Amino acid sequence: MKKVGKQSYMLTNPINIASTASIVGPKEKEGPLHQFFDQCLEDEFWGEPSWEKAESKLVKETVNMAIAKSGIASSDIDFCFAGDLLNQCIASSFGLRETNIPFIGLFGACSTFVESMIVASSFIDGDFATNAICSASSHFCSAEKQFRFPLELGNQRPPSSQWTVTGAGSAILTKEGTGPYITSFTPGKIVDMGIKDANNMGAAMAGAAEDTLVSHFKDTGRKPSYYDAIFTGDLGHIGKDILIDLASSKGYNIRANYNDCGVLMFDKEKQDTHSGGSGCGCIATVFSGYVYQMLQEQKYKKVLMIATGALMNSTSSQQGESIPGIAHAISIEI
Amino acid sequence: MDWFMIFKAFIVGGIICIIGQVLIDKTKLTPARILVTYVTLGAILGGLGWYKYLIDFAGCGATVPLTGFGNLLAKGAITEVESNGFIGAFTGGIKAAAGGIAAAIFFGYIASLVSKPKIKKQ
Repeated sequence: MKKVGKQSYMLTNPINIASTASIVGPKEKEGPLHQFFDQCLEDEFWGEPSWEKAESKLVKETVNMAIAKSGIASSDIDFCFAGDLLNQCIASSFGLRETNIPFIGLFGACSTFVESMIVASSFIDGDFATNAICSASSHFCSAEKQFRFPLELGNQRPPSSQWTVTGAGSAILTKEGTGPYITSFTPGKIVDMGIKDANNMGAAMAGAAEDTLVSHFKDTGRKPSYYDAIFTGDLGHIGKDILIDLASSKGYNIRANYNDCGVLMFDKEKQDTHSGGSGCGCIATVFSGYVYQMLQEQKYKKVLMIATGALMNSTSSQQGESIPGIAHAISIEI
Repeated sequence: MDWFMIFKAFIVGGIICIIGQVLIDKTKLTPARILVTYVTLGAILGGLGWYKYLIDFAGCGATVPLTGFGNLLAKGAITEVESNGFIGAFTGGIKAAAGGIAAAIFFGYIASLVSKPKIKKQ
């Protein structure tokens, strides 16, 4: 691995993505991408007494599914890098407590999935690991309860708000394999656009996405056209438009090959999800389901995934703090 | 049955709710803040003695929305001060609204025994 430019890294030995798995909830099942997910749930409790337990089960089952698909014995997996949105990352730690694999909990808000892939790639590239799991999850009901209002209140969502994806995505990264490969990554800086509205996350994160996107292109010398597709995590409809404008003001036209996982996840008109999907599970499931399959079928050969996160908690928004954003980029090629 | 009264209640109650909806859609106010604003506004209008004109005009259209609850708090406090003195300012409001508050707690509790929270549809 070598550092290029200010903050990007090229992997001289690309890291293999051996398998992925994704499980989503019932709302995502009604969305346009449903056929790409390994499993769609019929109800958001999934037989558990609480949403938090259901989210832990999502993590556990997707990780087990990804391990089974990879054909690697779980005893041969060196690390599990995982995170979620619930306080102190309990969805991951409770879901993975029986795995017997060394666990490193990560928090990058909704950027956690790509953050975990960056950390796992670095561990594998440095010969500290041969096989590693990356995982991230979110659940609409547990997220609403923690970040907004209890669902029992039944309050309305404003038009700029996004719909937290119920779902978990996992990927198994290995030192060797037949691809797709992680070839480079650009960890992002914290960027605060001064947005204070917790119902307008897309706008809060767009600046961070632009910063990472532009840094990636500058550092690597690539142009947007290098990639068949560029995806951001969960900017939603509002944030997506802001990013297109911000990028074009910096001289990068991404209009032709750029989309957002939150925009792809739901049908805005039919599902009334307002500004689109969000949450750790958004990019995790869209990558593990849709993008990975497109790479395997060679419909995409080079993809840039930019996971976006809003680094706030419920206390910081109640105290009127602005919402700092972060975005991590990873390029995947076959 | 006074159909014209029902019509007036529908219009006034509806307008109060439309204002709330516009505040949700067009401002950054959270539902909790809108709720508190409505109660406070009702208490002020009730304290000034103006809200009763709206109740005379629209009945339940003015008492059922949250502004009606605010009005009840103010009215209760004033009545209690008149009969029991200064301490009534602290006891009157809750006393006047006691029936509604106790019913909300009681029926809320009963509902929680037989139902489970669900995901919202939109």
